Amino acid sequence: MVEIVQATRRHPLQAGQLDVASVSVTLADNATRVSLRAKDNTVSALSKALGITLPMKPKTSASNGGRAALWLGPDEWLIIDDADSGVIADLAKVKVLHSAVDISHRNVGIIVAGKGAAAVVNGGCPQDLSLKAFPVGAASRTVLGKIEIVLWRTGEDAFRVECWRSFSNYAYAFLQESARDVAI
Amino acid sequence: MSTSTHSGSNRIPGAGRLTPAKTVRFTFDGQSLTGLEGDTLASALLANGIHLVGRSFKYHRPRGILSAGSEEPNALVDIERDKSRKQPNVRATVQEIYDGLKVKSQNRWPSLTFDVGAINDVFSPMLPAGFYYKTFMWPKFAWKTIYEPKIRAAAGLGVVPDEPDTDRYSNRFAHCDLLVVGAGAAGLTAALSAASTGASVIICDEQAEPGGALRYESDVIIDGLPGFEWAVAAIEKLRAMDNVTVLTRTTAFGYYAQNFVGLVERISDHLSNPVSDMPRERLWQIRATKVVLATGAIERQMVFANNDRPGVMLASAARIFLNQYGVAIGRKVGVYTSNDSAYAAAIDLKRAGIDVPVIVDTRDNPTPAVVDAARSLDIEVLTGHAVFSAGGKRRVSSISIQPTRGGSERKVAVDALIMSGGWTPSVHLFSQSRGKVAWDAANERFLPGTYAQECVSIGACNGTDGLQATLDEAFAAGGGKGKAIVATGGTNWIGGMIGSAPGAGADTTVKAFVDFQNDVTAKDVRLAVREGMHSIEHVKRFTTNGMATDQGKTSNLHGLAIAAEALNRPIPAVGLTTFRAPFTPVTFGAIVNHARHDLFDPTRRTPIHGWHQTQGAAFEDVGQWKRAWYYPQAGEDMHTAVNRECVAVRNQAGIFDASTLGKIEVVGPDSAKFLELLYTNPWEKLGVGRLRYGIMLREDGFIYDDGVVGRLAEDRFHVTTTTGGAPRVMHHMEDYLQTEFPHLDVWLTSTTEQWAVIAVQGPKAREIIAPLVEGIDMSNEAMPHMSVREGTICGVPTRLFRMSFTGETGYEINVPSDYGRAVWEAVYERGKPLGLTPYGTEAMHILRAEKGYIIVGQDTDGTVTPQDAGLTWAIGKNKTDYVGIRGLLRRDLVANGRKQLVGLKTVDPTTVLEEGAQIVANPNQPVPMTMIGHVTSSYWSENCGRSIALALVIDGSKRLGETLYVPMPNGVIEVEVTSTVFFDEKGERLNG
Repeated sequence: MVEIVQATRRHPLQAGQLDVASVSVTLADNATRVSLRAKDNTVSALSKALGITLPMKPKTSASNGGRAALWLGPDEWLIIDDADSGVIADLAKVKVLHSAVDISHRNVGIIVAGKGAAAVVNGGCPQDLSLKAFPVGAASRTVLGKIEIVLWRTGEDAFRVECWRSFSNYAYAFLQESARDVAI
Repeated sequence: MSTSTHSGSNRIPGAGRLTPAKTVRFTFDGQSLTGLEGDTLASALLANGIHLVGRSFKYHRPRGILSAGSEEPNALVDIERDKSRKQPNVRATVQEIYDGLKVKSQNRWPSLTFDVGAINDVFSPMLPAGFYYKTFMWPKFAWKTIYEPKIRAAAGLGVVPDEPDTDRYSNRFAHCDLLVVGAGAAGLTAALSAASTGASVIICDEQAEPGGALRYESDVIIDGLPGFEWAVAAIEKLRAMDNVTVLTRTTAFGYYAQNFVGLVERISDHLSNPVSDMPRERLWQIRATKVVLATGAIERQMVFANNDRPGVMLASAARIFLNQYGVAIGRKVGVYTSNDSAYAAAIDLKRAGIDVPVIVDTRDNPTPAVVDAARSLDIEVLTGHAVFSAGGKRRVSSISIQPTRGGSERKVAVDALIMSGGWTPSVHLFSQSRGKVAWDAANERFLPGTYAQECVSIGACNGTDGLQATLDEAFAAGGGKGKAIVATGGTNWIGGMIGSAPGAGADTTVKAFVDFQNDVTAKDVRLAVREGMHSIEHVKRFTTNGMATDQGKTSNLHGLAIAAEALNRPIPAVGLTTFRAPFTPVTFGAIVNHARHDLFDPTRRTPIHGWHQTQGAAFEDVGQWKRAWYYPQAGEDMHTAVNRECVAVRNQAGIFDASTLGKIEVVGPDSAKFLELLYTNPWEKLGVGRLRYGIMLREDGFIYDDGVVGRLAEDRFHVTTTTGGAPRVMHHMEDYLQTEFPHLDVWLTSTTEQWAVIAVQGPKAREIIAPLVEGIDMSNEAMPHMSVREGTICGVPTRLFRMSFTGETGYEINVPSDYGRAVWEAVYERGKPLGLTPYGTEAMHILRAEKGYIIVGQDTDGTVTPQDAGLTWAIGKNKTDYVGIRGLLRRDLVANGRKQLVGLKTVDPTTVLEEGAQIVANPNQPVPMTMIGHVTSSYWSENCGRSIALALVIDGSKRLGETLYVPMPNGVIEVEVTSTVFFDEKGERLNG
């Protein structure tokens, strides 16, 4: 009989030290992520199940505790929650028409925080990140250098960058490079 | 800082704004010199009495410093920090000096004062404009072998660095309500006005100091302050505001669509020891709601004989060198002008104690006030006179003066000459914005006419004369409330002349330079007209006027006027060339910025990549992915390693990283209907837990992609695509869903990177995996070939596919990516004693070819139908619709004579064909032979003990058993046409 050894998680990135004091680029904790797709007429039922009123406007998000829903398209949200959350189970109970796909391992989260965080992201992201155009809570699928990201402003000087796993080394290196420039 | 306090013999005590104690040491052609902090290289050289800075491009004439700004055509030098950080063609008027700066002159050999290439000046009658086009026409062969190599060796300015640039460069995107280009009186006023309304403002200026013309205008008072002091106070006020970004040493070089403006900020070029993280330059890509152009005007030279002699410079430049840097450009300075502005320069010089023997003015009746002012300082003013020629060679030593209407010549000794042909409004960025310029006939200048974007020009670049009028215009442009500030003094931008000055001489042999950098003279332009060039575009290309790196900032209008005069046509009828980006040269480093080394392009690695590395795998690039290619063991070459891997898979089992396969989760009640429309195969009746190989076509009926699709639930499918096809297949599906089939309730989510995929293939595959799996009955009966089950492996969730791309019993274990490495290692540890062998993409290619499984993109090329590829079985016979169904019925797609996929066996089994090799029916036919097909895949197959190949051959399926030929450089290879399956033809091993 072969003994089954429990497989352990391995994050694609090794946290690196950034020798910059004013702004930090760090790896987000493991998270549960769901790509949620649904039509307008099911939004209220899904909102109820999630405990979040799903946002309906471009560049917006809604959150409740550790759980957040980012508007990505007219029928598309990125749900982010703690790694051990029951968000997938919550959605499985919903009877209305929708698509929920677990993408927890597809994405990697990177946190940019501190003075000049917006400028760090603007090193590779062409969006207007002024507080007027991209206030706290704003979220958008956009680009960073040569890759696609989801950008979410979690504070005046804090952003969460979500990208696909195999692009995370690029995103992490890019943001660190940009942080060095901003800290000059 | 060095200890010397001597910063040049031409430094005038009390003049300028630099601090005498702050000295800086630098070298020029090895000579150690001292300047002051804040000096440009030009001002520091002039302070040390050095005018001769370089040699010209074509004639190698001695050249000095013409200007004090970015329009400089002459003073180009080579700057070297170290071997990898060399920069040719740096303008001495832009480069600031720092301790340890090393400068070399260019385009001279063996030395700047004695230059062999200057022989070109002597032979210049043999080198007229357009000489390239004529001289090197004959004999024809000589162009490639003699002329071009020689010209290329002799041509060019400066030397390209031969090591990779080690400097850093960065990038910043930014948005603002108002972008102000230029921080002179106009730009600063507009920025202050806009900032007071709360608007977000970015203001940039190419100089280190703000002020523009205020840096040298000695008579300006704004808001009660001397001009420059006001400018410094204004920029400090702007810097302190949260809604304003001030960028000095920053050039707006490109004005693109929708108010997108490119800026380059020079961050460390002026520093002796930049800190290590500091980028050399930063590219700013700015989207502005409104752009204010306050780019000023550029002074023109006078066009007369030997106007290029070192020591001959623009009047405004002399004023900057004096009033900003405290440097006298000479001790005895002549003045040659055709407008009022040079008088102010003459007066400033005279007041600083410099001898100004004469002002030569081409006008018969200049403005009385300026003439009186000069005469009151005992400066002789000669009206209606012209400077016919400058004497001296490496430095101007005299000027020859004559009345413009002819008369006796008078020679005046000078050691410098300042000149002003008038002012050309800097409409470069306006023109780049696709604005149309308009000809101001009264003042002989092009001004902004029709605007194409949300943009406004103010001040000198808009032809606005008078400082108060400029400030009023600027204040309004900024949108501020209240009134503009009050100002007096300032330069009169109007007047002057364009074209040859009197006495530059029609059809003489004198060199009266129009374009200094490209060595274009007035007679060259006239020659171009005589040769039949009637448009300025043709004149420009014939003479190269305006085509150097300065893009003709001082020469364009002169060249145009001379051509128009020779053509006897009005200037607008001859035309003005369009200005293009960049305004001044931009480094490749700034354009590339972060995209170097690891950030040049993303490198995608699978979750198991690190393990492959520890095993010494060789990797191959597949798009942006790194894939394990093969795993050489000690002493193995690629061939041996791949053979070993292929044999192991068929005899025991192999383990393969298939994580890069594209994956799409298709969810919704209409999922099966949607797949019916996207694939040739039927899907409605595919049972839950079953897999099917699917073919996807384009509308034209040709194969687009293929892959295995699993049904996880009635309303949920797990679709796989080729590695390279993943993004485009996703877009293809989404495109059809949104535009053709929006009525279907179905959603697509890319899950490529959610799942790590571990393929275990071979007779022992089940034996290896089964003990690690829980919740799935893996028996052949319960989980046959082409089925999918969900359960756990090593305690983590898996989607276990039973499928094969090798022809062996096989599984593809999908686990969430972060678990990929651990599960792979557990499977490998479990399988190793049973002979489990890791295999790479090369072995995978061979194993699938042994079974005749196609690779889309290798065995297909976008012109292959399922029938051509022998995949007719994958088309649902009863289907009435899918993408490509009508394409497949096209006459040429069903006709005979199409290329079809076949197998090829070389008659000599050890010969391996070359992929891409052409196939003929008769090798004895004359060349060019009729080619009937080509090899698409070809390998040595250790399992078959011979070479195998796949090929697309005309009517291939009817040729089984035929002998065909592959002509190669070393002889003809004989091949037999066979089935595409070379191993286990009955496919029994799949179900083991």
